[in-house]
Amino acid sequence: MNLNRYKEALFKPLIDENPITLQILGICSALAVTNNLTVTLVMCVALTSVCSFSNLFISLIRNHIPSSIRIIVQMTIIASLVIVVDELLKAYDYETSKKLSVFVGLIITNCIVMGRAEAFAMKEKPLLSFFDGLGNGLGYSVILIGVATIRELFGAGTLMGYEILPLVSNGGWYMANNLLLLPPSSFIIIGLFIWAIRSYKPSQVEEDDFALSKHRTSEDLTKRELNV
Amino acid sequence: MFEHYLNIFITTVFIENIALSVFLGMCTFLAISKKIDAAIGLGIAVIVVCLITVPLNNLIFNYVLRDGALAWAGLPDTNLEFVELISYIGVIAAAVQILEMFLDKYVPALYNALGVFLPLITVNCAILGASLFMVEKDLMFGESVVYGLGAGFGWAMAIVILAGIREKLKYSDIPEGLKGLGATFIIVGLMSFGFMSFGGISL
Repeated sequence: MNLNRYKEALFKPLIDENPITLQILGICSALAVTNNLTVTLVMCVALTSVCSFSNLFISLIRNHIPSSIRIIVQMTIIASLVIVVDELLKAYDYETSKKLSVFVGLIITNCIVMGRAEAFAMKEKPLLSFFDGLGNGLGYSVILIGVATIRELFGAGTLMGYEILPLVSNGGWYMANNLLLLPPSSFIIIGLFIWAIRSYKPSQVEEDDFALSKHRTSEDLTKRELNV
Repeated sequence: MFEHYLNIFITTVFIENIALSVFLGMCTFLAISKKIDAAIGLGIAVIVVCLITVPLNNLIFNYVLRDGALAWAGLPDTNLEFVELISYIGVIAAAVQILEMFLDKYVPALYNALGVFLPLITVNCAILGASLFMVEKDLMFGESVVYGLGAGFGWAMAIVILAGIREKLKYSDIPEGLKGLGATFIIVGLMSFGFMSFGGISL
C-alpha cells in the first residue's frame, strides 16, 4: 500500500495532466452540455462514475483479456456501464435525460474513458485504477463546471436556475450576453482556460513547429555579412 | 424524390454539420488537423465508415431493436431498445475491423494511406453520433444512406478546412500559452460561429 501513488492518481489529472486541456480527450460533450449548470453536473457525475467503474472492472480482469480483442472487451464493459447510467437517468431524472439526449450514449466513445482503460487500467491494480478513473473524471468535471458557470451566469444571469444577476427584462440591471448561450462560445472559453493554465504551468506550452529567428541589429551582424 | 434526398444531404453537410454544429468527433478533429494530407486521409476514412455503418444500424434498429420490430420472428411484444448502444458500437467496431482487412487485401494503396486512422475511427464519436441521430430523426433506409454520406462528408470538409487554416497559421506569432491547442480551440469556435449563419436556411 503506497498512499502517495493513490494521491497522485487522484489529484494529478486535476490540473497537471488535465484530460481536456492537456491530453485533448473527451471534448465533444464538454462543448455541447455546458449551457446550464444543472445539466452539466449530471453529465459530470455520469462520466466520473462510468470512468472510475470501467477502470475498476477492466483492471480486475486485465490478466484474462487477450490483447488482440481487448478493444472489444473494453467497449463491452464501458457500453454496459453507460446503459446502466442511461436507464437510471431515464428512471429518476427524465427531464435532464431529455436535455442530454444523445450525449449520455456518447460517453461510450468518450476518449477519456477509453484512453484511461487502455493506458492505465490494463497495467495497474484495481483500486489504483479506480482512483485514476475518479481523478480523470474530476479533472473533466472541473473544466466543465468552470465553463458552465461562466456560460450560465453571464449568458442568462442564473446559476442552476436561481437568479443571481437580475436581468433588465425582469426589472434588474444586468443585460444578458446571449452570445455565451450559443454553443461555439464554449470553444472560446475553453481556449482561454487553456491559456490561463499554461501561463500558470509554462511546462505545458507546446513547442513551435517553426520558431521565428531572433531579431538582430546591425551590431550583431559580422563584418562578412555586411560586406564591409 | 431526388430533391428530398438532396435536401437531406445539404442539411447534414451545412446546417447540421456534425463537427461544427453538433460538435462530434472533436478529439480527433483537434488532434489530427495539423497537416492537410493527414486530414484528408482521416476525412475519407470517416466518410467510408459513416456510409457503411449508418444504413447498417438503420436496418438493425428497424428490423430487430425497435418496439414490435421482431414481429416477423413471431415476437410482437419484444422491445430491445435498451441494447441499442451496445449493438451500434458492436456494428461499428466490426465494420471497421472488416473494412481494415478488406482494404489490406484488395486495396493496399488506400490501406497504407489511411494507416493508423482506421482503428481510431471506432472511438470517433461522430460515427456513433450519426447513428444515434439517425434513430432520433426516424429516417427510412434510403434516407439513412444519404444521411450517413452527408454526415461523413460534412465532418471531412470541416477537418480539411481547419487543417488548412492551421497550416497557414504555423508561422504566425501567437502568445506563449495560447500556442497550439489554445489557438486551435478559438479558431474552431470562430469557424463554428461562421457555420451558424447557415442556421436560418430552410429547405
